[in-house]
Amino acid sequence: MRDVAIIGVGMSKFGELWDKQLRDIFIEAAIEAINDCKIDLKDIQALFIGNYSAGTWVQQEHLGPLLVDYLGISPKPAMRIESACASSGAAFYIAYMAIASGLYDIVMVGGVEKMTDVPTEDSTTFLASAADREWEAFFGMTFPGLFALMARRHMYQYGTKREQLAMVSVKNHKNGSKNPKAQFQREVTIDEVLNSPIVADPLTLLDCSPISDGAAACILCSSDIAKKYTDTPIYVLGSGQGTDTIALHDREDITIMKSTIEASRKAYSFAHLEPKDIDVAEVHDCFTIAEIIEYEDLGFCKKGEGGKMIENGETEIGGRIPINTSGGLKSKGHPVGATGVAQVCEIVYQLRGEAGKRQVSNAEIGLTHNIGGSGSSCYVHIFGRKKR
Amino acid sequence: MSKPTSPRIWQLAERRYRLIGTKCKNCGKSFISPRKICPNCKSMDLEDILLPRKGKIYSYTIINALPSERENYGPYIMAIVELENGCKLTAEIVDCKIEDLKIGMPVELTFRKIGEESESGIIYYGYKFRPIS
Ligand SMILES: [Zn+2]
Repeated sequence: MRDVAIIGVGMSKFGELWDKQLRDIFIEAAIEAINDCKIDLKDIQALFIGNYSAGTWVQQEHLGPLLVDYLGISPKPAMRIESACASSGAAFYIAYMAIASGLYDIVMVGGVEKMTDVPTEDSTTFLASAADREWEAFFGMTFPGLFALMARRHMYQYGTKREQLAMVSVKNHKNGSKNPKAQFQREVTIDEVLNSPIVADPLTLLDCSPISDGAAACILCSSDIAKKYTDTPIYVLGSGQGTDTIALHDREDITIMKSTIEASRKAYSFAHLEPKDIDVAEVHDCFTIAEIIEYEDLGFCKKGEGGKMIENGETEIGGRIPINTSGGLKSKGHPVGATGVAQVCEIVYQLRGEAGKRQVSNAEIGLTHNIGGSGSSCYVHIFGRKKR
Repeated sequence: MSKPTSPRIWQLAERRYRLIGTKCKNCGKSFISPRKICPNCKSMDLEDILLPRKGKIYSYTIINALPSERENYGPYIMAIVELENGCKLTAEIVDCKIEDLKIGMPVELTFRKIGEESESGIIYYGYKFRPIS
């Protein structure tokens, strides 16, 4: 396998982009990534695009040819990859393999979702498709509902406090207030989180990531040609994937995501690194409880101690391991199919030292963690300023 | 928009009406959904069984942000129920005061309407659970 580097990244603004179409948003992110490394479009050999459900949100399938056409490089290969909210984490995984294997030298990987063209209750219905349609959604289960079940059980088994969940939201909004591309650029207090409308008890509106539009793009190449395009290539050190049951009720313990454990252990061993080596991470905080469970399953703390970890401030910028410096899905926004690649963008900014007011000092190694469904699929990637 | 149509209701109707699950003859684990391969021990020797009708609440939530099929209803309780043989499933909890809900609460099966295809379409039924009085 060849080493792979990221040479260019780009993101659209995340938010309610009512005046733009899915293709506009994607091309905006793609052009930013192209300009970032000043690459000639002709050098891009393929496009891998992560998207969860454009067919239901904007009634447009077949995004491979649509977006490669608008990118101006048709008839080159293009494919759309779906893995619920981990769609572009999956697309990144495949783009990485395509270069590592030697099949291509330079590719673009992107993610896009346009979710605000329909009423919220329709989005809630579409998102429930990431769970088991026949044995969960059929009976009335929603996506926030699944994470609420995890939250209640985590509180029951480990004594995790409601306030500790709220602290995840407070931290991520604080970080998001420093990110000009975030959907919400304002801070919130613990009381605001606790007193916002209940979505699925015990989770309130401010425990949940929003419904968003947005896109992100990265340009990957074989590491031996990376310096041709940029002085600061960021190297992919490790990559891993794992799965868990599609239905939450089929798990022995719903406070553990086996997909995260499997994906992260693969990625750590691939990179010859351990959890303690990670300087900065973007993790999948679709709901506040998810971030707490991920601290544990990624190995950043012991099982059951995620609540204490947020309470002690260990994951703030300046803390032991800053997490979700971008604002996370909670504050930056969660256009589901775009999230995995947007996480990669933030880690690239951090490792290059380009994260502005939210910069973590001396970040050498970064990690992204992206899940689909109730943790039914998971992609973990590890990045570094230096080659392995 | 995502309402199931008649064939999809019929495919699983009997299982949902009678609470038929599958049991692995090798390791003894049972599942609410029809399976041909046991995810636990990889055996292909599974059989259909009638699942126990009693269990307890493993975790629960009250859904306030309603999906489009439920927009005319108020908040409702959803839970993972652990049946007496250890099989877990997702179901609505009915006839229960919110303040009485707790993890470990004993519940029993009740047969109820789940929803309808459209005003002129078929009505579909299935299991919900209620506290054991
Ligand atoms: Zn078995």
